[in-house]
Amino acid sequence: MRAVVLLPGMLRAQAGGRARLVVEIGEGATLGGLLDALAEQYPALERRLRDEQAGLRRYVNFFVDGQECRHSGGAATPLGPEAEIQIIPSVAGG
Amino acid sequence: MPVLLAIGTRKGLWLATSADGRENWTTTGPHHPMTEVYAVAVDVRRTTPRLLAGVTSEHYGPSVATSDDLGATWAEPDHAPLAFPPDTGESLARVWQLTPGPAEEPEVVYAGVEPSALFRSTDGGRTYELVRGLWDHPHRAHWTPGGGGKAVHTVIPHPAAPERITVAMSTGGVYRTEDGGGSWQARNTGIRAVHVPDPFPEYGQCVHKVAAHPGAPERFFAQVHHGVYRSDDDTASWRSIAGGLPSDFGFPMVVHPRRPEVIYTFPLVADARRFPPQARCRVYRSEDAGESWTALGSGLPDGFWAGVMRDAMCVDDAEPAGVYFGSRNGEVYASRDEGEHWRLVASHLPDVLCVRAATV
Repeated sequence: MRAVVLLPGMLRAQAGGRARLVVEIGEGATLGGLLDALAEQYPALERRLRDEQAGLRRYVNFFVDGQECRHSGGAATPLGPEAEIQIIPSVAGG
Repeated sequence: MPVLLAIGTRKGLWLATSADGRENWTTTGPHHPMTEVYAVAVDVRRTTPRLLAGVTSEHYGPSVATSDDLGATWAEPDHAPLAFPPDTGESLARVWQLTPGPAEEPEVVYAGVEPSALFRSTDGGRTYELVRGLWDHPHRAHWTPGGGGKAVHTVIPHPAAPERITVAMSTGGVYRTEDGGGSWQARNTGIRAVHVPDPFPEYGQCVHKVAAHPGAPERFFAQVHHGVYRSDDDTASWRSIAGGLPSDFGFPMVVHPRRPEVIYTFPLVADARRFPPQARCRVYRSEDAGESWTALGSGLPDGFWAGVMRDAMCVDDAEPAGVYFGSRNGEVYASRDEGEHWRLVASHLPDVLCVRAATV
């Protein structure tokens, strides 16, 4: 099983300049598991998505197949086959 | 020698450099745009000083960046340079203070952070580990956030005794270790707390900033939430030196680089009126360790309603000493004659959170 991760421009430097990552995941994988896999491959990217206790950063949104994950279980959101995770910074700041 | 002035703001870091005796300044920035830069340090223990910046992205979290070419390029490790261990259950909110260790420990750098904790680096400030002794202190459960957060904002290593470190936090007060961080004692005797029923608790004071001079390491100065104090006995006790000031409220406290009895602060009217007295932008200097104070305003404006944050005032190590401060309205002023005269170095910046300067 694999998932596709789409990155915003500001995070691509932490992924070797890539806008799109294909990540191998296991059966029953969750968003949190996907981020664990990202931590292995792209630690500089993952630490900008989660804090050191694996909490999702408050102003980073994770759309799993178009649905923001906080409406579907947060990090526990299950990922289906060929899941697409689009990461978009929220509108925050001043 | 050129002087570098690092200016941390709510939206990035600016670097100003003067190569003509601090007459004219060239400014670059923003470095680390759209990050809050609460802490910056110029580590002059290296042939080329290392710049360290505590940067926090509202979206992507906190980090520490370093530069070994005076800001031309910056580096960060892939893994978080500073993170709470899993068993703490805490996550780093921001780095409030970066302080190079004593000369005999050239790779040691301390970081004071929010939530209140102390971290120590032994690789020149690239990566850090939690100082457990302070984290495990039984008082920690009773430390509470001040208006700006709950943070260790001051770290003062003893210049000749590396195992002796003084920290200050809001709220919590002053703490001291004599054994390199293993155990810590509250050192707040004489410091008044205005926000709790007991005016003189063992700890819990809202200490805004503490400063000491390496040449007189047993004397400390503190700007507190309504109080300005001096300790002549190595933080065992404190007494007020606010008598000659127009107000005992303010945030910064800075010591002259060579004269341990000369200190600077920037009074504000009161907790409930955080404006300079009479809306006059004035630095106050004492040349007798706080017994008397002089308002310094040559070149500084009236009709000034901005405050100066706890780390937004500093001195350099040039001769005569330069004094600098930045304000919440994005202006930065510099004096190249120890505070006698002031000039605007930068304006229209985001609100200034910290400044540090050194010959480079």
